[in-house]
Amino acid sequence: MTGTLRRLLALAGMPAGRVALSILLGALAVGFGVALMTTAGYLISRAAEHPPILSLTVTIVAVRFFALSRPIVRYLDRLVSHDLALRALGRIRARFYERIEPLAPAQLEGYRRGDLLTRMVGDVDALQGLYLRGLAPPLVALAVGSVCAGVMAAVLPAAAAILAAGLVIGGFAVPAVAWAAARAAGRRQAAVRGELTAELVELLRGAPELVAYGREEETIARVRVVDAELARLGRRDALVAGLADALSILVAGLTAAGVLAVAVASHDSGALDRVLVATLALLALSSFEGVAPLPAAARELGTTIASGGRVLELTDRVSAVRDPSDPLPAPPVPATVTLESVTARYGPREEPALSRVDLRLDPGRRVGLVGPSGAGKTTVTSLLLRFLDPEEGRVTIGGRDVRDYRQEDVRRTFALAGQEAHVFGSTIRENLRLARSAASDAELEAALGRARLGEWVASLLDGLDTPVGEEGLELSGGQRQRLVLARALLADAPVLVLDEPTAHLDPPTASRLMDDILDAAADKTVLLITHRPEGLERMDEIVTLDAGRVTAVPIAS
Amino acid sequence: MRLIDPRLLRRARAVRVLLAADVALGVLAALLVLAQAVLIARVAARAFGGAPLPEVTLPLVLLVAAAAGRGAAAWGFEAVGRRAATSVLSGLRLELVERRLRDRPAALDGAESGEVATAAVAGVDALETTFARYLPQVVLAAVVPLAVIVLVASIDLLSAGLMLLTLPLVPVFMWLVGRYTEGQTRKRWQALSLLSTHFLDVVRGLPTLRAFNRGEAQAERIAEVSDRYRRATMGTLRVAFLSGAVLELAATLGIALVAVTVGVRLVNGGIGFEAALTVLVLAPELYLPLRNLAAQFHARADGLAVAERLLDLIDTEPGAAPARGTPPSPGDVPVRLEGVSFAYPARPGEVLDSVDLELAPGETVALVGPSGGGKSTIASLLLRLAEPTEGRVAVGNADLADCDPAAWRAQIAWVPQQPTLFRGTVADNIRLGDAGAGDERVRAAAELAGADAFVLELPEAYETVVGDGGRPLSSGERRRIALARAFLRAAPLVILDEPTADLDAASAEAVGEAVSRLGEGRTVLLIAHRPELALRADRVVTLDGGRIVDLPTVEAA
Ligand SMILES: Nc1ncnc2c1ncn2[C@@H]1O[C@H](COP(=O)(O)OP(=O)(O)O)[C@@H](O)[C@H]1O
Ligand SMILES: Nc1ncnc2c1ncn2[C@@H]1O[C@H](COP(=O)(O)OP(=O)(O)O)[C@@H](O)[C@H]1O
Ligand SMILES: [Mg+2]
Ligand SMILES: [Mg+2]
Repeated sequence: MTGTLRRLLALAGMPAGRVALSILLGALAVGFGVALMTTAGYLISRAAEHPPILSLTVTIVAVRFFALSRPIVRYLDRLVSHDLALRALGRIRARFYERIEPLAPAQLEGYRRGDLLTRMVGDVDALQGLYLRGLAPPLVALAVGSVCAGVMAAVLPAAAAILAAGLVIGGFAVPAVAWAAARAAGRRQAAVRGELTAELVELLRGAPELVAYGREEETIARVRVVDAELARLGRRDALVAGLADALSILVAGLTAAGVLAVAVASHDSGALDRVLVATLALLALSSFEGVAPLPAAARELGTTIASGGRVLELTDRVSAVRDPSDPLPAPPVPATVTLESVTARYGPREEPALSRVDLRLDPGRRVGLVGPSGAGKTTVTSLLLRFLDPEEGRVTIGGRDVRDYRQEDVRRTFALAGQEAHVFGSTIRENLRLARSAASDAELEAALGRARLGEWVASLLDGLDTPVGEEGLELSGGQRQRLVLARALLADAPVLVLDEPTAHLDPPTASRLMDDILDAAADKTVLLITHRPEGLERMDEIVTLDAGRVTAVPIAS
Repeated sequence: MRLIDPRLLRRARAVRVLLAADVALGVLAALLVLAQAVLIARVAARAFGGAPLPEVTLPLVLLVAAAAGRGAAAWGFEAVGRRAATSVLSGLRLELVERRLRDRPAALDGAESGEVATAAVAGVDALETTFARYLPQVVLAAVVPLAVIVLVASIDLLSAGLMLLTLPLVPVFMWLVGRYTEGQTRKRWQALSLLSTHFLDVVRGLPTLRAFNRGEAQAERIAEVSDRYRRATMGTLRVAFLSGAVLELAATLGIALVAVTVGVRLVNGGIGFEAALTVLVLAPELYLPLRNLAAQFHARADGLAVAERLLDLIDTEPGAAPARGTPPSPGDVPVRLEGVSFAYPARPGEVLDSVDLELAPGETVALVGPSGGGKSTIASLLLRLAEPTEGRVAVGNADLADCDPAAWRAQIAWVPQQPTLFRGTVADNIRLGDAGAGDERVRAAAELAGADAFVLELPEAYETVVGDGGRPLSSGERRRIALARAFLRAAPLVILDEPTADLDAASAEAVGEAVSRLGEGRTVLLIAHRPELALRADRVVTLDGGRIVDLPTVEAA
């Protein structure tokens, strides 16, 4: 547990100076509140002895000072601590992304998208409690509690012992009970939340098919089950929370009664000035303000740590594909790209997706790659872009193993119009700019034109700024595919890799499109993966893959 | 300012008994606090007057009893309040899911799944505070101060007057500040939605981002979106904290005011010590429920922003009372599009323009045409995932709009252009077509779709988990599983949207043959761009720019 905490705090990277300031402010705010009630009690007790008014001046000033400064200090404390926590969240979120980014796609495959979403948004948000509830309040309580007990000890040691015992029980034992009772549920809660989000994301995305196949009831029933589990955990949590509240209140009440009893007895025996009886009682009563938030904090800490664990689980994963410690300079342009007797496998339990495959892409050459679906064609593109490393054999650029280059330089060599390419839920322009962020409108339009999408975009009211919908769902299948192509054309890399670029197009559009693309890419190396005749006739050679093996010797066309 | 959305209040009615019990417990706890104050003052005052310990035993014991009672009441308050909240919120969440599935499966309103899922999970959690704490606190804030004032007045009228002097300031400040918070919170919620939507999109598109070397640049975007969320949050917090500080100032000033005036009156003998002390101990209690309310206020504003979004999502276009008519079978009567026009709400301009199309019983019609022509849109209309803006879809003599959508869809098997695999086994995914089908029939359907061979190669064959977070499949493999779904469903109307899009020639041929066999005795709408597939149809209809351009005369072999 402390290990998780420490590593989360390291991930959050909070500046020590600010933390100290925030804790100081927190302690002052609570301290001033205690001081206000205590001095007010003293003022009244002292006044009851009918002294000259002037002798009360100092006390009156103190009461006014604490009354005025407490809300101000409290306000500052909250601002500073929340700002600190939120900044830490931003940092955790950015680091979380930085760490998972190299894991994609292969090592994120076991995670559901909605679950990742919960980890990134919900779980990271829960980490806000790490500082605001996990770290600051115990330190504040410790500081204020010590001072209160110290002050009381100076006046009446026996009462101080009771107060100290009460504060320790209220600030340590009760939170420990809450922590123990809530920990398991907290862990479940974070997981169930992830599950619920994952279910919802999937059902919302797949709703048309679920509805078409009449599965509304069943789907709702499934959500209902997860939801009921979440509700059950919530009710349990409420019981624990209520119990902790009850214990805190009881401990505070007992302590106040105990201190009061000792004070009355001491006064009776002459050991305590009568003025101090009420003062001490009020000090004891108000000094619980510091420990009051701790049981809830301990309870939530269980959830927080569970969330933190879910975040760390991902940030701890080491990418299987890594940059070398001493990378080669960027590969020459143009360069020959080869697969040399490559065997590749997606997982230890999987059959190899490619077995001893050789492929050679000389500069300017156009190679077609065909073969039944599932043959391993897309896997070839994954190898080229280093989403997957070969189990045996090697992939080279300019005669050197791609693993000796920086990944970024390898990917700069290729412009991929992938079969699984993602269209982002923004505008046409934003999607294109991904390939070249500085592209002018003219360049964007030229690329769209070559992908045979220019006319359509021009016909749209918002043109390039038309939103394409989540995952490009507001485009027709063919439009989406052409947008992906336009993006690859814009990337301007020496090797163009096209994975089934015309699968969703009608034959006339497809053949015009392939002509345009191949004309535009006259000086580039092209790898065209396709099942369709369009474009194949313009290839220099065609390689056939079947069940992960090259079956036909390359035929020059 | 609205305290709470009336639509939400309506839904709270179901748990009004629990809420009433909750409030009663809260009031009980508050009254016991007052008793505690009176008892502490009594003991201290007696001791001040020289009473020994035995004389104050009774009030001390009562003090402990009051603390115990208060603890028990607090326990109940928390448990009952959260139970009430949980049941309302589960209801809301399920209502949202049902609405999305039943009435708006196609999400034409541009609501993104990341956003909706976050609203339903994180958002609903935020609402819990509103229900469990804020709502009961509203009642407490109205009841408890009244009790305090009455009690103080019965002890010392002048002090009650002093307190009343500061009291009206409190709601005024709250009102002012609360008004300001609403816009801010909405902004904050929008920032959180943006963060969710953006992150889900980024996670889905990570491979694409990496292919374009934009993975790292996204870290900046995430940091930026996070920072916007932080600023929006701090915006609401600053105001919320200010309102809290203002209330706290009113409270501490009230204490100081009472302490100082009572002190001076004590010196002059204008009030007794016990009365003075009781009034002082009671002074903070006057403002406490209000301060708690202020603390919940910000949570309430959060909850309201979420609730509004949720309720908007639920209440969009109160789905026209679902028609209950039984649709005739498309196996017996023709299905006709009669002068159908359609425009997507998000996009100006018509996608379909007075389309007339008849599917006679048992006929296979191929729908061809350039990409973006509106073919998939026709499929959506036939499935009633969208409704025509003009014209109607008729089955025999019945208008489809008058028929029960579920009963209608039960007669259709559909493979969309981009099929979704749901998380579950391959067999379950195929069984989407017919939940009751045995293993035999599932395998037969898979064989027909050309899926059996590769499924058997998977690590756990038909029991392999695929879909979100499961074993990834190549796109041709996914399509064949989706086809198996349709083949399993013994439906009289079959709609296949580019069923061979990413299949190799041999698989496409096999699927074509299967479609021909399937078409015997069924009505089939075959959206196809490959001539060899279209030629299997009885009739080919060309759709271009939203209009039927060929008269349906092309007879095929
Ligand atoms: N991420 C993955 N994890 C495990 N297996 C995969 C993954 N992607 C593809 N496969 C499997 O590898 C084989 C080759 O797939 P792929 O290269 O996509 O084929 P193609 O592009 O030729 O249709 C298939 O059997 C497929 O199921
Ligand atoms: N959800 C949507 N929102 C807005 N526009 C859409 C949506 N879906 C499709 N469109 C637009 O409607 C037109 C027709 O699309 P579609 O029916 O998918 O064409 P086809 O299937 O013939 O290729 C296209 O221009 C497309 O951009
Ligand atoms: Mg492929
Ligand atoms: Mg389409």
